[in-house]
Amino acid sequence: MNKRSLLAGPYIVWIIGFTVLPLLMIIFYALGDGRGEMTMSNILAIFEPVHLKALLLALWLAILCTGICLVLAYPLALILRKLNIGKQGMMAIIVILPMWVNFILRIMAWQLLLSRNGLINGALGAIGLPGQDLANSSMAIVIGMVYDYLPFMILPVYNAVTDLKDDVIEAARDLGAPPKAVLTRIMIPLTKPGIISGITMVFVPSLTAFAIPDILGGGKVMLIGNIIEQEFSTSMNWHLGSGLSIALMIFVLISMIFTSNEEEGKERRAW
Amino acid sequence: MEQAILNLEHLSKSFDGKKILDDLSIDIGKNEFVTLLGPSGCGKTTTLRMIGGFIMPDEGRVIFEGKDITALPPDKRHINTVFQKYSLFSHMSVADNIAFGLKLKKKSSAYIHDKIKYALKLVDLEGYEDRHPMSLSGGQQQRIAIARAIVNEPKVLLLDEPLGALDLKLRQDMQKELIKIKNELGITFVFVTHDQEEALTMSDRIIVMNQGLIQQIGTPVDIYNEPENAFVADFIGESNIIDGVMPKDFLVEILGIPFPCVDSGFGRNELVDVVIRPEDMEFQKPGSGMLDGRVTSILFKGVHYEMKVQAGGFEWLAHSTEAYHPGTEVGIYVKPENIQIMHKPTSAAQEVINTNE
Amino acid sequence: MVRSKNFFMKFYLALIIAFLYIPIAVLVVLSFNDSRSRVVWGGFTLEWYKTLFHNSDVVAALQNTLTIGFGSALIATVIGVLAAVGIDAMKKRSYSLTLGVGNIPMLNADIVTGIALMLWFSRFTNLGYVSILLAHVTFNIPYVILSVLPKLQQMDMSVYEAARDLGASSVKAFTRVILPNIFPAVVSGFFMAVTMSMDDFVVTYFTKGAGINTLSTMIYGELKRGIKPEMYALSTLIFAVVLIVLLLVNYMPRIRQKQIQRKLQNRKAAS
Repeated sequence: MNKRSLLAGPYIVWIIGFTVLPLLMIIFYALGDGRGEMTMSNILAIFEPVHLKALLLALWLAILCTGICLVLAYPLALILRKLNIGKQGMMAIIVILPMWVNFILRIMAWQLLLSRNGLINGALGAIGLPGQDLANSSMAIVIGMVYDYLPFMILPVYNAVTDLKDDVIEAARDLGAPPKAVLTRIMIPLTKPGIISGITMVFVPSLTAFAIPDILGGGKVMLIGNIIEQEFSTSMNWHLGSGLSIALMIFVLISMIFTSNEEEGKERRAW
Repeated sequence: MEQAILNLEHLSKSFDGKKILDDLSIDIGKNEFVTLLGPSGCGKTTTLRMIGGFIMPDEGRVIFEGKDITALPPDKRHINTVFQKYSLFSHMSVADNIAFGLKLKKKSSAYIHDKIKYALKLVDLEGYEDRHPMSLSGGQQQRIAIARAIVNEPKVLLLDEPLGALDLKLRQDMQKELIKIKNELGITFVFVTHDQEEALTMSDRIIVMNQGLIQQIGTPVDIYNEPENAFVADFIGESNIIDGVMPKDFLVEILGIPFPCVDSGFGRNELVDVVIRPEDMEFQKPGSGMLDGRVTSILFKGVHYEMKVQAGGFEWLAHSTEAYHPGTEVGIYVKPENIQIMHKPTSAAQEVINTNE
Repeated sequence: MVRSKNFFMKFYLALIIAFLYIPIAVLVVLSFNDSRSRVVWGGFTLEWYKTLFHNSDVVAALQNTLTIGFGSALIATVIGVLAAVGIDAMKKRSYSLTLGVGNIPMLNADIVTGIALMLWFSRFTNLGYVSILLAHVTFNIPYVILSVLPKLQQMDMSVYEAARDLGASSVKAFTRVILPNIFPAVVSGFFMAVTMSMDDFVVTYFTKGAGINTLSTMIYGELKRGIKPEMYALSTLIFAVVLIVLLLVNYMPRIRQKQIQRKLQNRKAAS
């Protein structure tokens, strides 16, 4: 360790004090049964039908949300690159600015927009389409999550796409690749790190969300996040809540390894 | 030139209201090694990119094998490019990079395999198939870029300052390599560079450009020995460029001193530009040359010494294998055939060239 | 054809921006609505802007939100910048270990981070203002490092050595040479941290304890009973302030540049 790296000292202390130890704490609670005995049952409780159903539904909605975010963000990034906008970080500001309006209020605004006599149905009615009952449904939750997490997809993907060098794309065209092949064979593979970081940034919070499902699901849709939250706020079973949290974390870790593994394999071959 | 494979007809292009190319026409022959030479911003890269299909001209046409390809996108052209920054695909192995164009054309894997082998052999990188481009040196990356382009069997290969990022020794090796590859393939090379030495070494024909205009087209020897104007003379090699007057044929007055020369056909007392290469400056005893001067500085350049000589109110540049130290009085003599007489620029565009120097 | 493609691209861009800003527009409209109901338009009023600062609960929550936001961002920036400089000097192994563990609060599910910190804090002390602040610092530091570290790595460290060579102490060399170089990244890291803190709901929700609220948790609590219209007014105000600040920060340099250019041109024309 040289002298300069000692500057990271306060941070390392902070990590141990406020990241590592709290995580050990949650594991400690997860393995306890409240009477001083050790048990795995809190963690294994994830396989109980109610919990498993909530986890699988959360997983499905998270995949949906992540997919929609990617499908929305990638063309946007391509367009921004093409229009040559945002060299001054304007796009980053446009995307981040909404975060300054309170998160709960923004989601609540969606509740109004999606409600039976809300704006969306009003607009649909105005063009002669039948109204949709979007409020208090899984669909509403997905819309809310896409809305809230889209910036976390846009920013890394947009960075990766604007970082692409023009000459590499020209080289592909020169070698006979039509625009579609340039996209699939050059641009998407080269921006994969950005895509993966966008996917993790969206997938993890959407899988574990509880406030958005709470507001937009109207209490009808129970996701794993809601169940954990209730263990702490209403059922007051901290051990079960911790156990489910740990199970959720393991699940997240596994799915993250799943997405990043491919990358690593490539990297190794590369060097 | 035998048969033309590429005809550039009256190409013009402006960016942001600034004219980059102005009514440029060139014919390029089969198997020719043509170099577009000029300072940055002269329009040489723009011209190359028009041939490659990356830029559309505002006016004019690009004719390839008799067909108008002006509006054809790059992927539909039978022309490939070696880019200045190599532009290799960093997510693919060397073999995948080279195979890129062939896979798009749905060639058989056996064919692709053979082609990769052949191309790697041609650029002296046998056995590099599985390497990753980013793990190679600049020179090796450039060779891969060449291999990647030539496997597609283009009829014209465009090279955009491909050696610019390499160091001197490597650059010289690659120059020889490129000539070898060109001879082996028997295709047309259009080469862009701002390095006059590179252009003189490699080309069959050089097109000197400045400010979007062609200054001179000719073989390397022509261009060096008989520059058509002061810009070319100054850009190709070092020169003494000085004002002169032609009182009659075969005589030019420089700084009021008559110099015999071999040029004729200029108007009586026409103002001209006179070019004398530094290596054609000969030193004699003071008084026995055409004018006397005093050496003001000397630099050792390896093969020769470079001296500056103050004479007749002009600072002359001279090369000699002998050293003349500062303070030495010398007589300057120039053989008549080494004096190059040129018309003063007439057009406004050419005027710009001179004032920009 | 090129024009229609261009139009399509701009249309898509506008659509995404509309998606991001429509909920905010809804809140702005509600802030001027002279009706306590969220779905009935009762005419235009500035009432909520007037009563806003008379409501001591709202003022307290706003104060908490702002002081925690800026306070935690400031602490996180100091620790984070030092850490980035230190991490930059580390050998590969400790480098990836520190970054890997350090990024946990950013990558981990908010709900797990919140619960873990809550369990940990409640061991030692009552939950409250301080626990929220510490929790926010914890998830803010990685954002600062994420912003600063790449800039440091781009920077040529020989300038630091040159400064030392010319007689600067290590502190002087840092403040005079390194800091000015990375300053934009430090500012954007700080800004990002403030944004993340103000936007946070989940971690605050778990670590706040009883009797204290930030705007997020306060509004969440009001959701079921009905949100006070003052909240719409407040978030509109916050949004407007941030928007104006951002516009000034972004456009001032450019406007000034244009002024200078014009001046130069005038001078040229005059001479």
